[in-house]
Amino acid sequence: MSNIIGIGAAPRRKEDFRFLTGRGNYVADVKRADMTFGVFIRSQHGHAVIRGIDRTAALAMPGVEAVLTGDDVAADGLGSLPCGWGIHGSDGLPMKEPAFPMLAQGKVRFVGDMVAFVIADTLELARAAAEAVVIDYDVLPAVVGVLEAVRPGAPQLFDDVPNNLCCDWELGDKAAVTTAFRKAAHVARLSLVNNRLIGNPMEPRAAIAEYNGGTGHYTLWTTSQFPHVVRFLMSALVLKIPEQKVRVVAPDVGGGFGVKQFHYGEEAVITWAAKRVGRPVKWVADRSEGFVSDRHGRDHVTEAELALDENGKFLALKVVTLANMGGYLSTFGPNIPTNLYGPLLGGVYTTPAIYCNVKVVFTNTVPVDAYRGAGRPEATFVVERLVDVAAKEMGIDRVELRRRNIIPKEAYPYQTPVLVEYDSGDPMGCLEGALVAADVAGFAERKTASERDGKFRGLGYSTYVEACGLAPSRFAGRLGARGGLYESATVRVHPTGQVTVLIGTHNHGQGHETTFAQIVSEKLGVAFDNVDIVFGDTDRVQFGMGTYGSRSLVVGGAALSKASDKVVVKGKKIAAHLLEASEQDIQFEAGVFSVAGTDRSKTFQEIAGAAYVPHDYPLEILEPGLEEQAYYDPVNFTYPGGCHIAEVEIDPETGIVTLEKYTAVDDVGTVINPMIVEGQLHGGIVQGVGQALYENAVYDDVSGQLLSGSFMDYTMPRADHLPNMTIKTHSTLCTHTPMGVKGCGEVGTIGSPAAVINSVVDALSHLGVMHVDMPATPNRIWRVIQNAAMPQAAE
Amino acid sequence: MRSFAFHRPSTLYEMSALLGGVADSMPLAGGMTLLPTIKQRLAAPAALIDLSKIPQMAGISFKDDVLTIGAMTRHVDVAESELVRGKIPLLASLAAGIGDPAVRNRGTIGGSVANNDPSADYPAAVLALDAIVVTDRREIAADAFFRGLFETALEPGEIIIALRFPVPSAGGYAKFKSPASRYAVVGVCAAKKAGKVRVAVTGAGPGVFRVGAMEAALEGSFTPGAVAAIKVSSENLSSDIHADAEYRAHLVTVMAKKAIAAALQTL
Repeated sequence: MSNIIGIGAAPRRKEDFRFLTGRGNYVADVKRADMTFGVFIRSQHGHAVIRGIDRTAALAMPGVEAVLTGDDVAADGLGSLPCGWGIHGSDGLPMKEPAFPMLAQGKVRFVGDMVAFVIADTLELARAAAEAVVIDYDVLPAVVGVLEAVRPGAPQLFDDVPNNLCCDWELGDKAAVTTAFRKAAHVARLSLVNNRLIGNPMEPRAAIAEYNGGTGHYTLWTTSQFPHVVRFLMSALVLKIPEQKVRVVAPDVGGGFGVKQFHYGEEAVITWAAKRVGRPVKWVADRSEGFVSDRHGRDHVTEAELALDENGKFLALKVVTLANMGGYLSTFGPNIPTNLYGPLLGGVYTTPAIYCNVKVVFTNTVPVDAYRGAGRPEATFVVERLVDVAAKEMGIDRVELRRRNIIPKEAYPYQTPVLVEYDSGDPMGCLEGALVAADVAGFAERKTASERDGKFRGLGYSTYVEACGLAPSRFAGRLGARGGLYESATVRVHPTGQVTVLIGTHNHGQGHETTFAQIVSEKLGVAFDNVDIVFGDTDRVQFGMGTYGSRSLVVGGAALSKASDKVVVKGKKIAAHLLEASEQDIQFEAGVFSVAGTDRSKTFQEIAGAAYVPHDYPLEILEPGLEEQAYYDPVNFTYPGGCHIAEVEIDPETGIVTLEKYTAVDDVGTVINPMIVEGQLHGGIVQGVGQALYENAVYDDVSGQLLSGSFMDYTMPRADHLPNMTIKTHSTLCTHTPMGVKGCGEVGTIGSPAAVINSVVDALSHLGVMHVDMPATPNRIWRVIQNAAMPQAAE
Repeated sequence: MRSFAFHRPSTLYEMSALLGGVADSMPLAGGMTLLPTIKQRLAAPAALIDLSKIPQMAGISFKDDVLTIGAMTRHVDVAESELVRGKIPLLASLAAGIGDPAVRNRGTIGGSVANNDPSADYPAAVLALDAIVVTDRREIAADAFFRGLFETALEPGEIIIALRFPVPSAGGYAKFKSPASRYAVVGVCAAKKAGKVRVAVTGAGPGVFRVGAMEAALEGSFTPGAVAAIKVSSENLSSDIHADAEYRAHLVTVMAKKAIAAALQTL
């Protein structure tokens, strides 16, 4: 059949036509008859007791439907926003899990915490009414940093969470690590901060809900990466309404990066409010609101030590981290700095003993949860920075030290000392490829040229691995997951032979409509243009866990692959009947069913037609129709990784760091669409570069105000900050996913911060600089240079 | 945003009458500061008086060695003006570096000078070039115009009509821009005319200011080296999450050198 565009091809993205011509359909575009507009009143204080809320004046304004508060939530007996992971501390006790009411009850715990919801005929009226609501606060001292939050005498967020400690978590063999450190020839130590980030997807969050009093059905349109999970959590646990009466639609979504993979209080409030006021309710966040309410990412303070023998062999790694959770536990919150962090500390190395302790801490800040990479960039940063420190201290070349410790290709599958078993990989191959692609041989010459201009030049490596394709449900369940992590796909073949795929992942920029169509085109021999991908609607798609953790292709694509295979199996039965042959003799290739060794054949289209017009059909043994569904639960994570090499130039006079070159050679397994993979790498790397050089969420440590609460103060990476990048793949095939895929959504963000900071430190190494915290802003670099120069000046 | 009345006068007389007569009104130039302020409900004027149709406030002209730029001239028009590029190239390059294309396509020189944001670019040029601020009531020398954080000599209802820039014999502007906002963390404008040198600094402190020690040194030798060893005190400079006061003080020297180097390039 013509126009098969299969695995490995790089067609233009199907979805881009509607986006580029302004025909996308986002939540803010949804309009319902008689709809009202809602405004959230958010706490202006980092920490305060709510003494009273006077809504009289607001309710007296004509056109104001309602002002809802935490008291109304309590009166209706609604549940707390659930946390999807229940982790346990080293003492065996479960984490402290204080209630997270959808509207604050009694107390606010961060600037942006929701206090009331105002609903009116127009947005302007709702805003005016919100200003008329008088809230009497008793302001309390706030605590925003993890080190301060666990100190004796620190402000306490919850009465029953002493020292603000949610969980004291550990992983690994502490005794083995202690023994190894005793035998070490050298111990490299590093203290570092992993800076807090704000995801800032281009489209702000938004929701609109409608209640049908006749049927008792609710519909919620929301900017979500996982509508089915929102439906389950919201209906079963928060609003306590029948799940089958709730439809959640996540239409076109303008970027997620993790920010939209949580069940937010706004979704529940709006759905609940739509029934209360008997009219649809719409809310669209503005950017300022996003800064103080979208879940933040990262925010670790870490002490790490690496023990080495006299030859530079890694003997053991010990990592102690304080991780900021913010004011409440978000949907995946406690999972990120523990299960998605500790198990990655093995990196690509043969380190035999690892111990990791993470103190998960509440503070008066926006709840912290998954942000692209989620735990794995933090782990990679610790390991890759520490390797460089060790190399410098021991006088061993950084690349050579990596070579001595990298897991050889032959050693896979490789069981690490921290739970995970890498199925496949070739980190050495990625490293060697990157050395060539980055022209490391020519670096010395480039450095000399920079020095002639009075600049410092540095090169930085990051050889890394991550765990994604979240996740094997059984494994995740043992770690504390309260849900499954499989994915589902339905392949619906129409009588014409054209195909609609219903899949539980969500496309918000990743190009699924293209990649998944390529898989179907390859598997069924159907024209690429004859495959449509449907997602994001719980009334259309059977079920799904959504898109995050680089899981869509790995888990969702696998379900799609399996469902497609089932279609072929049924098609063969139909073909056997029509061609009067035995099923075993039917071959299927490129959209044609044929009898082996004959010229007798039927096209995929003819088989589909027969399935829906079963005049000549084996009805005794086979149902009509051609539609198959598969659920896929992976047996292991996938482990993409690679080698990134950054090259920077620093102007010592201003402290400005310029990223001059960036090279990535990654192992992402089978590549379905190389253009999309390259795009994912570009975007991921830019976000990692953003963390390394620009982005920083900063709170005032007295008031708990967010100081970087707008694009005027929160530095997003921009096109003019970046060089052209060299992106290559060096793939080994995943041994357990159906197509050998590993996922590529997060690798860029995971590998890049360490590569960039390693290059910055390298550029400053002649000054004795061993570490620079992120973001490496001009002011910070200038300080580092001043401080490094100072002893010399004193001589 | 609260609703407001909108007036678009076409004469200075009509403008003054509206500004004086309509209660709680505010003049609207490019709106690059005012409109976000209104949208965030930090300002709620009852009426906006749009200045875009007043002929005296438009256009760029040159006469008697003075470049006159109408207050409503947009940054993009200053940046692209052959006249400006020919007579005072530092003004064109300064305008080309303000904000981003969206801001340059709407923002005006008069609006920027009247607002006197401590990190805005234009105040440095107005002060260094010893410009005259022409209002609907009088002419104000640059040295008397800027009075610190968002404060100017403008009286209530007084509107800038144009800026008059004497053409210098040499001049340059260099800014260390915030990677986030693109405002000046530190911007230095240096200009020489008839043997006198003026050096004005924006971004570093609560308002634009001159650096006498640099001016004296540059009158001796108009070279980057002349200011290389001159440090300003960090005592009254701004400190925020992007740049502490000591770093800003250091940048004043660095940007002054770059401004002189830029000035020498245009000779």
